[in-house]
Amino acid sequence: MGFEDVALQSRILTLMTLSFHIIYATIGVGVPLMIMIAQWVGIRKNDEHYILLARRWARGFVITVAVGVVTGTAIGLQLSLLWPNFMQMAGNVIALPLFMEVFAFFFEAIFLGIYLYTWDRFEDQRKHFLLLIPVALGAAASSVFITIVNSFMNAPQGFDVLNGELVNVSPLLAMFSPAVPTKVAHVLSTAFMTSAFILASIAAFRLLRGSNHIYHKKALFLTMKLALVFSVATAIIGDFSGKYLAEYQPEKLAAAEWHFETGSEAELVLFGVLDGEEPKYAIRIPYALSILAHGVPSGEVIGLNDFPQDEIPPLWIHYLFDTMVTLGMWLAFFSFVFVVGAWRGWSIITKRWFRWLTVLSGPLAMLAIQAGWWFTEVGRQPWILRGYMKTSEGATTSGQVDLMIVMFAGLYVILGIGTVVVLSRMYKRNPVEKELAQRESAKGGEES
Amino acid sequence: MTLEIIGISVLWLFLFLYVIVASIDFGAGFFNAYSAFSDKQHILTGIIQRYLSPVWEVTNVFFVFFFVGIIGFFPQTAFYYGTTLLVPASIALILLAVRGSYYAFATYGAKINHRGYIYMYGLSGLLLPAALSPVLAISEGGFMRLEGGQPSLDYWALFTSPLMWSIVVLSIAAVLYISAVFLTWYAWKAGDEKATQLVRKYALIWAGPTIITATGIIFELRGHNPEHYANLLDMWWMFALSFLLFLGTVFLIWKKRNYGLAFILLVGQFFTAFFAYGASHYPYLLYPHLTIYDSFTNESMAIALIIAFIAGLGLLLPSLYLLFRLFLFDKDYVKGKSDYHA
Repeated sequence: MGFEDVALQSRILTLMTLSFHIIYATIGVGVPLMIMIAQWVGIRKNDEHYILLARRWARGFVITVAVGVVTGTAIGLQLSLLWPNFMQMAGNVIALPLFMEVFAFFFEAIFLGIYLYTWDRFEDQRKHFLLLIPVALGAAASSVFITIVNSFMNAPQGFDVLNGELVNVSPLLAMFSPAVPTKVAHVLSTAFMTSAFILASIAAFRLLRGSNHIYHKKALFLTMKLALVFSVATAIIGDFSGKYLAEYQPEKLAAAEWHFETGSEAELVLFGVLDGEEPKYAIRIPYALSILAHGVPSGEVIGLNDFPQDEIPPLWIHYLFDTMVTLGMWLAFFSFVFVVGAWRGWSIITKRWFRWLTVLSGPLAMLAIQAGWWFTEVGRQPWILRGYMKTSEGATTSGQVDLMIVMFAGLYVILGIGTVVVLSRMYKRNPVEKELAQRESAKGGEES
Repeated sequence: MTLEIIGISVLWLFLFLYVIVASIDFGAGFFNAYSAFSDKQHILTGIIQRYLSPVWEVTNVFFVFFFVGIIGFFPQTAFYYGTTLLVPASIALILLAVRGSYYAFATYGAKINHRGYIYMYGLSGLLLPAALSPVLAISEGGFMRLEGGQPSLDYWALFTSPLMWSIVVLSIAAVLYISAVFLTWYAWKAGDEKATQLVRKYALIWAGPTIITATGIIFELRGHNPEHYANLLDMWWMFALSFLLFLGTVFLIWKKRNYGLAFILLVGQFFTAFFAYGASHYPYLLYPHLTIYDSFTNESMAIALIIAFIAGLGLLLPSLYLLFRLFLFDKDYVKGKSDYHA
């Protein structure tokens, strides 16, 4: 088997593991904050519904975390198994945030265990609420550290290469590469946004399936408000990400936009097909690319023709970029309509078709996450470490990667189905009406 | 003390902690499956689930800590071990997935208590040490070839090596022994007489195989890696101490007293043996290709990692203390009197 083939196989397995893991990772980073907000609102308003909301979310959350631990361990180990040459080099420069990530997750896992097993153990609800803060912080910190590693792969710094040897290594400088601010902010805000949309989807689905309980309405309104806030934040950060790309990875932006000739007053091209260097059937927005890249229509955007042919990413990332941006825009618009509609009492938001659109928003947000990660990873090609190491040079030489692809594909299918089956069965067996009635009667018993 | 020594000591310590906590986890799963098989499940399940469910994710982090840490301190290990361990490590990952999903789906979730699942979960506890421990045999050298500068594993030599199989048998016996001694103590604390007697019996059964295979490995090393064997003999007093601690544990379990002390002696036994083995392996990470000196990272990274480690530990130790106070040392929780699960 050829060298190239193993590198391609390694890419496929890594892509599979990461695409599967990012679902759980996104939920793992975003949902603790949602639980926190619901529990806080419940304590402040003294509203049983929000407390129960937090509790039921926590029950589902723990299942996704457990699967996320499994897939996270898989990707952690696969980095060294599939990319030993890359990890040998990167280990020298960027090991610090990887190491810190383990501590952050350690911290999160400990407090998650405590939080889950101490419901009603404390007299004061606020004490129990406090246990959630380290969970949310640990989860967010984990994603920050891992994103820092990814940023380094996009904009490596903090070392010099002298005769093939790494010298003058500065772990801190490597950690704070120019890609960090926009990437970290983007990952965090999209995780919060996607988690909010997913929880909103569930509430909308329950409302569609016959339950008209106020509990679901409160859940839906709360999550859509949060979804709006983080969608807007994501859009603003996305704009900054464009400016980062224009400055530090212009080939990625140019490939995403099919922008061949360097020039100012560049137009933004949405979708379409490429005919030679000419996009056809595309939606064109004048000046938008220059504005995205530099904030002014006169901004000069570097084109693909300024780069060596073997150092530009595949041009199909254009569709990934467009998918991500279009979905992001739609979700911001949709949550805006919902929130305004709920405030102004528009009847449209209680219509069945609108509810179905709400159900769709969670999966769409997750699709945007996938498109975004595929875009940033494929968009960095042919480099694994931009400017220093090509992806094919970083891969393993082991001949058994193809077999492992089959094995892990089977595993992810089983884990994915298992998650869906177990979650839906768990909530079906114990619907919120039943649980509310139980809590009511338990309380009545205490008082009499 | 050089930075290299500090690095490897920290990693070895965390690997040791993983060996202990993971053994408890793996063995408990096996005993659980075994008692389901022999229709005694009601005796153990409650005890096992009360302890394991809140802490298994923490157990898993010790493992992640080790392999992330070793890449950080000794990046060249990624090249040698990463390339050659693709298959065994992937199998271990699948087995870890079986365990993780059991906790997720069967104990947290819809309580699927399908027998097949319980058996798979139990079996994974035996297969995991069998999948992970060959790394120790590989590190003794002789199983890895360099072809055109690229390392590859000689599976035939590995699978026909008595050393590899002795290590596998030891790892399984030790898992069951460590787990049984811990569970004896835990069941006794829970005031569950029946469960205590059952796991006490398991502890006594697995004590013998553990010490016999451990001794056997030392003698097999004489033929396989004389250099390491000579270093081991220099450490004879550590192994003698370990053996005395072993006798202490067996004596207390036999006499049905001081189960807590018995477990502490067991930790001491494994600690002395594990560190004596580790010290005699020095300076090699992989005979004869890799030592801790030629694979070490640069100085600034090493210092940064050590600082991060100390800061991390400052955060972790109080948290771990809280976790153990709530789930290991809280009488009501251990006895199953209080159920506060979300």
